[in-house]
Amino acid sequence: MKYTYYPGCSLRGTGRAYEESLLAVFRALDIELEELDDWNCCGATTYMSYDELKSYALAARNLALAKKAEHDLMAPCAACYLVLNKTQHYVEDYPWIGQIVSNALVTIGLPDSIKVKVRHPLDILLNDVGLDAIKKRVTRPLNGLKVAPYYGCQIVRPYAVFDNQRNPTSMDRLLEACGAKPTYYPVKTNCCGGSQKGTLPEVGLDLIRHLLAEARRNGAEVISTVCPLCQFNLEVFQDQAAANSHKFGMPVLYFTQLLAVAFGLPLREAGFQRSFINIKPVLAEKEIAYV
Amino acid sequence: MSDSGNRDLTARIGVYVCHCGANIAAIVDVPALTEYAATVPGVVVAREYKYMCSDPGQELIRQDIHDHDLNRIVVASCSPLMHEPTFRGALARSGINPFLLQMVNIREHVSWVHTDKAEATAKAKDLVRAAARRVRLHKPLEKRRVEINPNVLVVGGGIAGIHAALTIANSGKHVYLVERQPTIGGHMAYFDKTFPTLDCAACILTPKMTAVGSHPNITLWTYSEVAAVEGYVGNYKVKVRRKPRYIHEDLCIGCQECVEACVYKEGRWADEFNLGLSKRKPIYLPFPQAVPQKVLIDRDACIEFKSGKCKKTCIEACGERMAIDFAQKETIEEIEVGGVILATGFKTFDARRNAYYGYGTYPNVYTSLEVERLVNASGPTSGEIVLRDGKKPERVGIIHCVGSRDHNTNRWCSKVCCMYSLKLAHLIRERIGAEVYNFYIDMRTPGKGYEEFYDRLLDEGVHFVRGRVAEVSDWPVHPSEEGKLIIRAEDTLAGFVRRIPVDMVVLAVGLEPQADARDVRRLFNISCSEEGWFLERHPKLAPVSTFTDGVFIAGACQGPKDIPDSVAQAGAAAAEAMALIDAKYVELEPYTAHVLEEECSGCKTCLSICPYTAISFVADIKKARVNEVLCKGCGTCVATCPSAAIEQNLFEDREIFEEVEGLLAYA
Repeated sequence: MKYTYYPGCSLRGTGRAYEESLLAVFRALDIELEELDDWNCCGATTYMSYDELKSYALAARNLALAKKAEHDLMAPCAACYLVLNKTQHYVEDYPWIGQIVSNALVTIGLPDSIKVKVRHPLDILLNDVGLDAIKKRVTRPLNGLKVAPYYGCQIVRPYAVFDNQRNPTSMDRLLEACGAKPTYYPVKTNCCGGSQKGTLPEVGLDLIRHLLAEARRNGAEVISTVCPLCQFNLEVFQDQAAANSHKFGMPVLYFTQLLAVAFGLPLREAGFQRSFINIKPVLAEKEIAYV
Repeated sequence: MSDSGNRDLTARIGVYVCHCGANIAAIVDVPALTEYAATVPGVVVAREYKYMCSDPGQELIRQDIHDHDLNRIVVASCSPLMHEPTFRGALARSGINPFLLQMVNIREHVSWVHTDKAEATAKAKDLVRAAARRVRLHKPLEKRRVEINPNVLVVGGGIAGIHAALTIANSGKHVYLVERQPTIGGHMAYFDKTFPTLDCAACILTPKMTAVGSHPNITLWTYSEVAAVEGYVGNYKVKVRRKPRYIHEDLCIGCQECVEACVYKEGRWADEFNLGLSKRKPIYLPFPQAVPQKVLIDRDACIEFKSGKCKKTCIEACGERMAIDFAQKETIEEIEVGGVILATGFKTFDARRNAYYGYGTYPNVYTSLEVERLVNASGPTSGEIVLRDGKKPERVGIIHCVGSRDHNTNRWCSKVCCMYSLKLAHLIRERIGAEVYNFYIDMRTPGKGYEEFYDRLLDEGVHFVRGRVAEVSDWPVHPSEEGKLIIRAEDTLAGFVRRIPVDMVVLAVGLEPQADARDVRRLFNISCSEEGWFLERHPKLAPVSTFTDGVFIAGACQGPKDIPDSVAQAGAAAAEAMALIDAKYVELEPYTAHVLEEECSGCKTCLSICPYTAISFVADIKKARVNEVLCKGCGTCVATCPSAAIEQNLFEDREIFEEVEGLLAYA
């Protein structure tokens, strides 16, 4: 099994723990990843709101490079995943966009085909690797750890490629295979606030508060995420979101970090040292061994 | 083909160009076209007129035929679908054979689809020149007359089918009514009250159902489906598959003692009539007023069918009547009818398809049809409006347009949901005093007494929130929302997002074509719209006819419709069917195929490909022969015949070649 790996900026910045845990887990499962050579910004950043065409062109360059590599392209960050998918749809659905993007690619000497499958790690782990192979690799089961499975919006909306739009379950099933107990979490695809925390802080905080409160209400001990921005919002603004009521103290992890624990990989290799909220007390309470 | 070889040099052609008001004249230069037409070889006279289809227009043609001794006519106007019969009539009245006409469609094919006047006019000239060359080869043809079978088949026993069947039967004609379910009644039988008058649905429906059941002119076959249709207008041969109900209908008296006696003391299987909100036994009567009043056995539930080891207490209870027969088999009835009325109805939108409203996830989210059963006195709770846990809801939210006016599912308006939502809101408020919230996009209440009913609801204190609901969820952000379903919607009148906690959510599901509408369409050789509704011949002027003569449509199979509209259409379809039958004869178009026997090699290729089984093989002369009554003029055999031995009237090769040459001959 081999994939072209597109880290994007987040996994080299705020989401380093995501990259570290992801690479560790894929190594443990003997999946080969080859980083996309000479990749650039995915186009999801401010480009999308200022000049959509530039955003499509940026995404298309990554796709055209990946097309040469001939493997499926794995994009772990939800924003990258969406923008790469969206570009493929828009280039197909709107011929005038397709023409401009194609001209741009030809100008820089790339072939103008961007038809490469864009995959999310959840999709790969569930559908290519499979739950049986995951279960076999589990050495330290998560002992019924109560996890709120939080998917955010971008990996299922608007393109529900591999899971249900409203009630996705792929992460639930993966965590279950690792011995965790996903909690009921009806807000699993609600908005994390995105960058609202920077522009309209009250709106952003409200959204964050709902997500944390709902996880607590349903008895979750940790929240599991698939997106660097979701993880960031839910983790670092917990105290502000709690305001004067009692603090959440809820560890917010990447799903790959939980897989790493279940596979018995050292916490340091899976980026746990970067967490603001320590996972160790929870692991100790559930009697989950770790190194 | 040589230029002169096939020409009838005695042809005297008149060309008539229509302005169609501004429809044609705004794009095509009609005077120039007419002037050009007069120069085409063989054309004796060419004229233009504002409306050629009008009486003065037709008179123009008649006069010319008389004055100029014309024997071929070309009319350049609209589609032949519209006015070919009109102009053929004009020819016939002028004393020449109506088939010596060729129409040129310069409206749909030219003026309506082009914007450049010069190019459009040039195209119109080409088409007129081609038609003038073709029309010389037209031959006089005669229509055939065939007798019409006076019986009518009605498919579907909902209110539309019932009304059509009764109307025709009351006129003294025989009707076969075929219904798929074990009882007639359709969707209307599910309802408690009907809008806007709040008539009791059963009180107005069941007398008509009973009348169908006992009518001497109606043969009622329930639990049956049409399996095959052959023939043509006036003479259809239909096979009806009657599924076994394991009960002899002629012996069962509907006493239901067998149901009492069944070894299952309580119902265990989802009761179809209550949409699974209650349970029934393996042997059951669909509902108390079912017509026919005959029980049936569900073979997937019955122990006798599963293991053969049942005590068969039902047979004991039936006693001497001996109506129960586990060995009953499916039977096929063959009937002959002159006309068919399709009234196969609709299905409701599957609310699971909209994941955001939680149907199937949250038990207290109901579809409107389920709530119709809940408020119905003969329903699973005897008309008590209670949730699945037995509690009375204090707050109820009704979400409109579920599976309607939605680009993700169905784009059409289902027409009845606003009104039935108002009705349900009224009934819920009246019976249990709950607070009722309607979430709507637009209130659509056109209809006699409908807007007044909406007014009345506003006075009754029902709440209306204008805005499409984003989601139904159970995650509270405030203590008042704990344990409730929360409806989140943008209130577009107040300009903010609202969260309204309720105990019960009612999804006003839209109407969709039946799942097998396309199969039925093929069976009866009619058309469907893109969405799957049966297509009428003309949306305004032939709303219950189809493109297949003798097949009519009524009710919601043609598009979403309420009860008054369905009944009105059923009456119209019945009248059309009776008009057809009372004509006693039907004239068949003469564009049929025939075999040129001297050319036919007897290879039989045509026999297998004819979709209407109109071709037979005459063994003694080893030639194929076309039955011109069965032939529909599709031309498949003409194209297939390896020795070019089959010819079709009005579409002979040389006619078509002549037209093509006319098109290609640049003026």
